[in-house]
Amino acid sequence: MSEPVEVTLSINGRDYPLRLEPRRTLLDAIRDECGLTGTHMGCEHGVCGACTVLLDGQPIRACLMFAVQAEGAAIRTIEGLAAGDALNPVQRAFIAHHGVQCGFCTPGFLMLATGVLAREPDISDDELREVLSSNLCRCTGYQNIVTAVRAALAELRGGAA
Amino acid sequence: MSTRPQASGGRVLGRSVPRLEDRPLVRGKGQFVGDIAFPHQLHMRVVRSPYAHALLRGIDRSVALAAPGVVSVWTAADIADLPPIDFRDPANEALRPYRQPLLARDRLRYVGEPVAAVFATDAYLAEDAADLVTIEAEELSPVLDAAAPPSSFAPGLTTEALVLRESYGEVDAAFASAHVIVALDLEIGRHSGVPLETRGALARYDSSRDVLELYGAAKVPHRNRDSLVRMFARSAAGIVLKEGNTGGGFGIRGELYPEDFLVCLAAMRLERPVKWIEDRRENLMAANHSRQQRHHARVAVDAEGCVLALEDEFYLDQGAYLRTHGARVLEMTISMLPGPYRIPAYRACGHFRLTNKTPAATYRAPGRYEGSFVRERLMDAVAERLGLDPIEIRRRNLITRAEMPFSRPLSALGTEVVYDSGDYALLLDKALARIGWTALQGELSRRRKAGELVGAGLAIFVDKGGLGPADGTRVSVDTTGAVELVTGGSNVGQGFATAMAQICAETLGVDYRRVRVVYGQTDRIAYGIGAHASRASVMTGSATHAATLKLRAKAVEMAAALLQAAPDELDIMDGVVGHRDRAGGPSITLGEIARQLAPDSPTLGDRDPGLDAEGWFRTSHMTYPYGVQIAVLRVDGDTGAVTVERYLVAYDIGRAINPMLVEGQLVGGVVQGLGGALYEEFRYDERGEPLSVTLADYLMPTLREIPPIDVLLTEDAPSPLNPLGIKSAGEGGITPVGAVIAAAIDDAIGLPGGVTQLPATPQRVKALLRRRRESQAAT
Repeated sequence: MSEPVEVTLSINGRDYPLRLEPRRTLLDAIRDECGLTGTHMGCEHGVCGACTVLLDGQPIRACLMFAVQAEGAAIRTIEGLAAGDALNPVQRAFIAHHGVQCGFCTPGFLMLATGVLAREPDISDDELREVLSSNLCRCTGYQNIVTAVRAALAELRGGAA
Repeated sequence: MSTRPQASGGRVLGRSVPRLEDRPLVRGKGQFVGDIAFPHQLHMRVVRSPYAHALLRGIDRSVALAAPGVVSVWTAADIADLPPIDFRDPANEALRPYRQPLLARDRLRYVGEPVAAVFATDAYLAEDAADLVTIEAEELSPVLDAAAPPSSFAPGLTTEALVLRESYGEVDAAFASAHVIVALDLEIGRHSGVPLETRGALARYDSSRDVLELYGAAKVPHRNRDSLVRMFARSAAGIVLKEGNTGGGFGIRGELYPEDFLVCLAAMRLERPVKWIEDRRENLMAANHSRQQRHHARVAVDAEGCVLALEDEFYLDQGAYLRTHGARVLEMTISMLPGPYRIPAYRACGHFRLTNKTPAATYRAPGRYEGSFVRERLMDAVAERLGLDPIEIRRRNLITRAEMPFSRPLSALGTEVVYDSGDYALLLDKALARIGWTALQGELSRRRKAGELVGAGLAIFVDKGGLGPADGTRVSVDTTGAVELVTGGSNVGQGFATAMAQICAETLGVDYRRVRVVYGQTDRIAYGIGAHASRASVMTGSATHAATLKLRAKAVEMAAALLQAAPDELDIMDGVVGHRDRAGGPSITLGEIARQLAPDSPTLGDRDPGLDAEGWFRTSHMTYPYGVQIAVLRVDGDTGAVTVERYLVAYDIGRAINPMLVEGQLVGGVVQGLGGALYEEFRYDERGEPLSVTLADYLMPTLREIPPIDVLLTEDAPSPLNPLGIKSAGEGGITPVGAVIAAAIDDAIGLPGGVTQLPATPQRVKALLRRRRESQAAT
């Protein structure tokens, strides 16, 4: 146990002033201190990716980082993907292509895909599969997840053209 | 005979409509148990045995009790009034001594066994304090091989809890007169469902109403409520189970475990809400394992390759205790092993043995993943011995359409095994055509000549689902026209709510999106069958159909009175009742009918108030869907690594409620099956220390390992046992995968009968490659 410290997390454009122990993970801070429970705990050792969030646009595992390390960074979680009621293209594609079953891994995949598509809109199909291989899903068998991300990518490219 | 429902308006049954569940899930608005918090809640952390087998001499909790935030620390002595966890269904009396206590008493039997429970104001503090509890124990040598002779479990009890024997036909005579006898020694590894969400439970006791609530329920909330009622000697109305979102079930989530009872008890005794969320390490060593079996199987065939008899003796590694299922996996292995083949004589002997590993129970397709591996390996071996094509040998033994319904003198889950319908040969033909089997063989042969180790394998199987005995639902329409369907079902990710809404919408004549489906709330409906053993669609779906037909009749009768029409002239389209043949004529909405049926409505007459109905479905037999799966794969000659290149699932569902959801179940099942066939295995060292306690050690497939999976869904054999003709989809994807992959690896490396153990890891395949080189060198 260690003395609590003051830290401010910036999540989805909003500041969360917190007082927490330095040992508290970013994942636990997002969920328990900020009440944003859409980011999920799947393994706590960085393998499954259910806790993936965007840190300054980069997909990271929130379970492998302490909350205090995220101070000053722009954090984006699943709750920040939709604009009001309007879902983002990846969210829409996951519904349309049945990329969701139990939905537990879904936020992690959506953040991973959103981050990658924003950063690398020209990503090849092989590279896309490689990136999506970094998260685990136990329900869908992945096939529909890839289909959904490909569809979102096509939509983004179409929109940009 | 099966009939389509009296459909009108909805036109949604059988269509791949989007799921109702998805929108909150893609927005991070699902409510999993870890997402729920109550004021003043405590967090439980379980202290677990570090020993596989030991005599428990003492537990020192004094330091932990003094740690910050700690409210209480329990050991077995604190809950000595509670019995071990009971079986869900009545079981053989002889099995009772093998049940698991909530906390270990005088013997530690597996690494991960709960020994003490720490309750603290914060999850971090609870974990800190749990580390301060010390266990004094005298280590014993562990039992790790279920096929070794039984040893002592406790005074007067051996580690063999049960030997189950089943047989029919003249087995000995068949073996005596056989043209050929083929025998195999086969092993299936230890796997589990490993849902992405770990287990969790949150209990709250409301002393003002004397009601105990348990959040985090899944799979069988009503059955679990009944178990808690027995354990705590409370009334059924005094315990409420609540299922929210569930991060995958696969048979292992939603069973009652020691931790579920502990949080309930603590909520009542400490008078604060108590929350427990397990970590992944705990999940991999404390949640149910499954599958581990060793089979000595042999088959007698005549000169044409027709099976005369099958005999199997096997050892099921149950782990340290029996859990809520009792001996169900043992029974299912025996009753479903013969599969789609005639097999006129059969004898099975299953040894149900305790070891010092994590307790085992059901995991998606329990007994059938294992049994299909054994049966299909035997068929491949027979083909090889007789020099026949593996497909031809199967054709000669398949039960034909003319033989349906096919009765086998065995029982499964307390019902007679009667295959309700099916045309196995037709599906086999369709599968071979779909993958282009002949061309595929040519292509594989060309690649082999070019030096590649490539091959294809196939397996055929029969699955089961729709076990009764009964389920009921209640459906109602409010004055806005919104429909509520209350079920006792469970939604573990399979799209249950969407499927039920589709049946209700089609039957009633409304938009399926207007149907709110309630599941997993024991205070909303008295009875519920839950979601296990692939029965939800058949049982709850048929009950929904029955309830909705009654509601529809009531709506139409009232509308007929109000519109001065004959009921049979009326139809319901999009929630509006009007003349079937006269568009633009007088009509009335379901919401208005509900208003006219209000208790104080002057038009009510002598009708029962309310636009609602309850419906039931009962059955004494299961439905038997079936399938054919084919894999094409490549083996790396240097590393033994297997790359699956293509995969086909052909499956007859009877009738699909939503083909997209069925395909999702099948593909997901196949991928889980590939995990068990190639990568996943809970391993232990010689001291019984589990070696697979992270997701970096228990290797589940990622996208990289997954081939394109083609699904051929057919509806050639609707079930005659329910009005919609539906069978089940939950387990058919995973059932034969081990068998398919084994056959394909054999084909690829040119060593028939090579694969005898799952998973076929690179090390094991490498050993086969060595064996093949040695046998080639010898000839």
